[in-house]
Amino acid sequence: MKYIDEYRDAEVVRRIAERLAQATTRPWTIMEICGGQTHSILRYGLDQLLPEGISLVHGPGCPVCVTSVKTIDRAIAIASKPGTLLAAFGDMLRVPGSSGDLAAARSRGGDVRFVFSPLEALQLARENPHKEVVFLAVGFETTAPGNAMAVRQAAREGLMNFSVLVSHFLVPPAMEAILASSGNRIQGFLGAGHVCTVTGTEPYLPIARKFQTPVVVAGFEPVDLLSAILRLVQMLEEELVGVENAYGRVVEPQGNPAAAAVVREVFEVADVAWRGIGVIPASGLVLRESFREWDALRKFELGGVDTADDVRCRSGDVLAGRITPDSCDAFGRECRPEHPLGAPMVSGEGACAAYYRYRCSSAKPFSC
Amino acid sequence: MCLAIPGKVTSIEKENGLRMGLVAINGSMTRACLEYVPDIEVGQYTIVHAGFALKVIDEEEARESLEIWKGLLGE
Repeated sequence: MKYIDEYRDAEVVRRIAERLAQATTRPWTIMEICGGQTHSILRYGLDQLLPEGISLVHGPGCPVCVTSVKTIDRAIAIASKPGTLLAAFGDMLRVPGSSGDLAAARSRGGDVRFVFSPLEALQLARENPHKEVVFLAVGFETTAPGNAMAVRQAAREGLMNFSVLVSHFLVPPAMEAILASSGNRIQGFLGAGHVCTVTGTEPYLPIARKFQTPVVVAGFEPVDLLSAILRLVQMLEEELVGVENAYGRVVEPQGNPAAAAVVREVFEVADVAWRGIGVIPASGLVLRESFREWDALRKFELGGVDTADDVRCRSGDVLAGRITPDSCDAFGRECRPEHPLGAPMVSGEGACAAYYRYRCSSAKPFSC
Repeated sequence: MCLAIPGKVTSIEKENGLRMGLVAINGSMTRACLEYVPDIEVGQYTIVHAGFALKVIDEEEARESLEIWKGLLGE
């Protein structure tokens, strides 16, 4: 397939790995922010091609993983009400709340549908005028333009039986929180390619300068990832600070201004809680007051139940890059894809799911 | 969730006031909203994320960067 196959050429990957070995004279610790990149790295074994001393740390860029237990519990509460229909991306259905998940809510008779696009949720609202249709709008900057468009379109059509339960996160504040944390060991970042498709590369410049930490925007295929790692190591070796783009076919410095404009029209920046990590200032998006009629939190009485993560789950340490998934005592034992303790074990971008799927045979001596 | 898949736009139409299109991705047709790529034309490649096309793929940039890496093979 065009724009995929040529970026999976094993011989090219091998040559880039050779260049990387030549360029590396010291140990470096690099974080890939995006969970999609974590999966690619493990799927293709790219971490095993790195020279000794180059460590990849997996970041918190998995929106399903960082969505709070409270949000999942609220979604389950909405899905359990008569006359409602809850639509969500498929990844969300198996994410554990404080008691059960959306799949269980559906098996109890709740009308839970999974959709590929927020516009499909909007169509469900058009087709079900007697139901309250709620879309669980989860995501990072990449997903925000689509979710914003669905809300704006609902407003334009006067579709009053549609609303969104928003759980939106922003990447740069999380990077800043990681770099500012005590004991930080991250020396360089691989930037999340498709986040930058929307935002451009400029939001990363102040972080790179403030923390003297280079950022190289990377794609998702093996050639993209390894060439970005090579450039990042070259920058680290040469003590260069700045933001470079190794994913030029899809990322422009200014991002996608049309998409960013609709996001700004519908959402505003707010402090939000990241599951397992806690509240990070100005790190999320919430609906603007002018779109409050499409805010599920205002439509439904959801109560103020205090919820907490399962104490056996160390997803906070995994998401902050403090441990690898296989360092968690529950990994592969109490916590497996069929009975996850935390979201990183079920999400297609979760680091625990990636380790379980691609690394199990070489991990701890348990039978996966 | 931030995965976005490349595909070729095969048709463009208006639907509920939005610019929509069919995108051929790995042998199957996906409906995508094209509002964020207002200049895209049939035959061009884009990346689609959660039902939205987010960027027209820069063919020239793709070719140039790939040629650099392919050049390593001749060394």
